[in-house]
Amino acid sequence: MSYNEIERQWTTRLRRRLVKVLPPEKALPDTQPAYVASWIYVFGVTTMCALAVVILSGCVLALRGPQWWHGSPEGHFFNSLHLWSVEIFFFAMVVHLWGKYFMAAWRGGRSLTWVTGAVTFLVSIVAAFTGYLSQTNFDSQWISTQAKDGINATGGGAYFNVLNFGQMLMWHIVLLPIAAVLLTGIHVLLVRKKGVVPPFEDKVKAPA
Amino acid sequence: MSLFAFFAALFPLNTLGHYIHWHIIQISVANLVVIILMIIVFVAALLLPFPGHRRRNNQ
Repeated sequence: MSYNEIERQWTTRLRRRLVKVLPPEKALPDTQPAYVASWIYVFGVTTMCALAVVILSGCVLALRGPQWWHGSPEGHFFNSLHLWSVEIFFFAMVVHLWGKYFMAAWRGGRSLTWVTGAVTFLVSIVAAFTGYLSQTNFDSQWISTQAKDGINATGGGAYFNVLNFGQMLMWHIVLLPIAAVLLTGIHVLLVRKKGVVPPFEDKVKAPA
Repeated sequence: MSLFAFFAALFPLNTLGHYIHWHIIQISVANLVVIILMIIVFVAALLLPFPGHRRRNNQ
């Protein structure tokens, strides 16, 4: 199929730039290098699968509300699904982090990939914390009253008030999920652009 | 005994948590178990052969 590209059109320029930065064969490759065939490389995608379950189960909880997740068997199920997918999310993310740390995965111009991963980890911790505050039970009351002194000691309490349930809920279900998903997307695109970091070269010389 | 009652008896969640104290370090047993599991999974991921790896190398 042929068509005439309009040089001055912004869509044409943007498309050319995107294809140049991340060609389709790099964005969605058919194969990966041989060194990727190791269990240590599966924890990144495990983290993303867990994140998908976290988001979906969170959407179900948002649809039905606290009375439902506290008082019905189906609500208990989705509440537990949300909790345990978060547990798997952090479990897999920490193993992924350890693996990439010992590979020095920032090598070869991959520093931004490393930084976006680290920031995603920090955002996820705040998301989990606001999740504890959004449970609407005695546990969330206890955690918020314990956390307020720590947050106030940093000077951030005026902007991030852990005793303000409405604010914490909005951070948990709007701002932080958007940030986590956006950062994860950028992280994955950077991995596609730069490729998976290769292992360290073997420094042992072969006998002459 | 239902499955729920079985697991409730195996992992009682209505009791106080168990903690380990060592000098200035204090950690719950549950968190320590998770950390040990993560280390085991990390080491296993490095050592266990990946399915299909040998076939791919032969090709």
